[in-house]
Amino acid sequence: MSEALHMPQPALEDLIAMLWREGFKVLGPVARDGAVGFDEVRKVSDLAVAMRDTQEPGRYRLGQGAAGEIFGVVNGAFSLKPFFFAPEETLLEAKRERRGFKVSEVAPVAPPLAFIGVRACDLAALAVQDRIFLHDRFHDTHYQARRKDAFLVAVNCARSAPTCFCVSMKTGPEATTGFDLSLTELEQGFVTRSGSAAGEAIAAKLGLSAAGQNEVVSAKARIDGCAAGMQRGLDPTDLPRLLYAEAENPRWKDAASRCLSCTNCTMVCPTCFCHAVVDQEELDGNMSRRVRKWDSCFSLEHAHIHGINFRPKIENRYRQWLTHKLAAWIDQFGTSGCVGCGRCITWCPVGIDLTAEVAAIRAHPVKR
Amino acid sequence: MICPARITGRRTETAGIYTFSMRLVDNAVRRAYSFRAGQFNMLYAFGVGEVPISIVSDPGDPEHLEHTIRIAGRVTGVMAGWKVGDVVGVRGPYGNGWPVEEARGRDVVIITGGLGCAPVVGLINYIFRRRDQYGELHILHGVRTPNDLLYRERFDEWRRAPRTRVYLTADQPDKSWRYKIGVVTELFDELTVPPSSIVMMCGPEVMMRFAAHALRQKGIGDDAIHLSLERRMECAVGLCGHCQYREHFVCKSGPVFSYRTVRELFGLSGI
Repeated sequence: MSEALHMPQPALEDLIAMLWREGFKVLGPVARDGAVGFDEVRKVSDLAVAMRDTQEPGRYRLGQGAAGEIFGVVNGAFSLKPFFFAPEETLLEAKRERRGFKVSEVAPVAPPLAFIGVRACDLAALAVQDRIFLHDRFHDTHYQARRKDAFLVAVNCARSAPTCFCVSMKTGPEATTGFDLSLTELEQGFVTRSGSAAGEAIAAKLGLSAAGQNEVVSAKARIDGCAAGMQRGLDPTDLPRLLYAEAENPRWKDAASRCLSCTNCTMVCPTCFCHAVVDQEELDGNMSRRVRKWDSCFSLEHAHIHGINFRPKIENRYRQWLTHKLAAWIDQFGTSGCVGCGRCITWCPVGIDLTAEVAAIRAHPVKR
Repeated sequence: MICPARITGRRTETAGIYTFSMRLVDNAVRRAYSFRAGQFNMLYAFGVGEVPISIVSDPGDPEHLEHTIRIAGRVTGVMAGWKVGDVVGVRGPYGNGWPVEEARGRDVVIITGGLGCAPVVGLINYIFRRRDQYGELHILHGVRTPNDLLYRERFDEWRRAPRTRVYLTADQPDKSWRYKIGVVTELFDELTVPPSSIVMMCGPEVMMRFAAHALRQKGIGDDAIHLSLERRMECAVGLCGHCQYREHFVCKSGPVFSYRTVRELFGLSGI
């Protein structure tokens, strides 16, 4: 790990300004519509300063936090996903010609983005999405165009929400990889480390001095305290075998009796990648766009073909989602699809908690 | 990328099922194009959409593409109107295809059910064009009613070919039906094949499940039984997620799977 530096609070202001000057659009957690979301920040006061979130299954509220605390809110509904894997974008355009048609690729408009305040779970999720969109057999140029120049400033978590379970998924609360700079917030300023050459260059320009030993100890104590205090967990032991074997466990039906199949969990999930590919014709009939839009395995059409729906029941779809996320994903991409951010628990309108569902299946298997 | 292709032929197989011949317009693209038996293309109707359709023509002549399309939905509804000279879109080929190399030198059992099965017609034609490379050929086909028997004259033609046997059955026969009565597994009593045979099948999953079970009784290993699955496909490159069959992307690691690979999933509903 790189050398720990001390970043006084005003230097965060400098960092934001410097990233803008370097040509990045700078985004950070901003309070809006009663939650935080990544939005444009020009100065520190644009961030959700002195605020805290309360989260529990099916509930999210923003309230007052500690005075002067900059990164007091753990997270909001959206991760980095929408910025790299766009919720809706045009991939191709087909233009009618005298004899036939001509197809051309649409290059994405992708200004370089810098993110301030990315949590370890979201960095882990980004690595999962990189694996899917960049390192598989087919390479997604739209994702890559947005992803390649991104500058990521991580914030290590000093507190967790009751819905968090990153410790059990081994993705947090400390960012250990995948960032350019990381920050741990203290009473006075931050302990910062660089995680890439780009991060090192920016840190050098900020002219930071080495952190004191007591600051390093204090930063570690905060992260350790966060980890120790985490309330939720998901036992990842042998999940593919368990969930594959338990495909007919009655718990799926039980979960389905509560699930509204609303798709919220898949929309807020930082790794879910299902998307629809649709062709949209202009009214004059001379041009058609191929558009990619987020889709969800909870939608009725997801597994539908002419005359057959392979997953007609909510219990089929809930099982598909959870089994994919925690088991099949490992076979497909060599990593779990879950990073323990807890969003699917918080943003589920009826508060279904995947950690509880898995625990129930593990506790009452029908097969052994 | 979608490549324009010109329709060069249109044949009506039966009401609602058409076979289109097509040729990629761009010379360089056409010459570079190759495929394996049992692979599919995404066919595109301008402004309407794309559907996965298996290639039924011979991979030995990749400049000439044939696709048999059953009119079933919004996109294929538009394709029903395709005429010779029209320019359509082709993206592919995708999928793994039939294990025709593995089958070489062995007796081959081909099982289909339901409303004709284009991938299997392509496979049978493939074997007939290389007849000396394969052993005995057994074609088993089950339909619900005699009216569902498409390609009737082709079955008759195959029946007359040397070293080939055709077995037909109808679940709900009429008076004119001269063949077996019952579901496709009824045909297995008549089938005598060595355990070294290879099986390829396509049709309703429930039929394939019973067929696989019956084949096991004949000593054919799960590795030697191959089946073609159908799922929703939008991207065909293993990214959109629709065709997932537990850990498999049917578009990419299928559509043909060995029974050993999927047997655990086959009895489950809603996967």
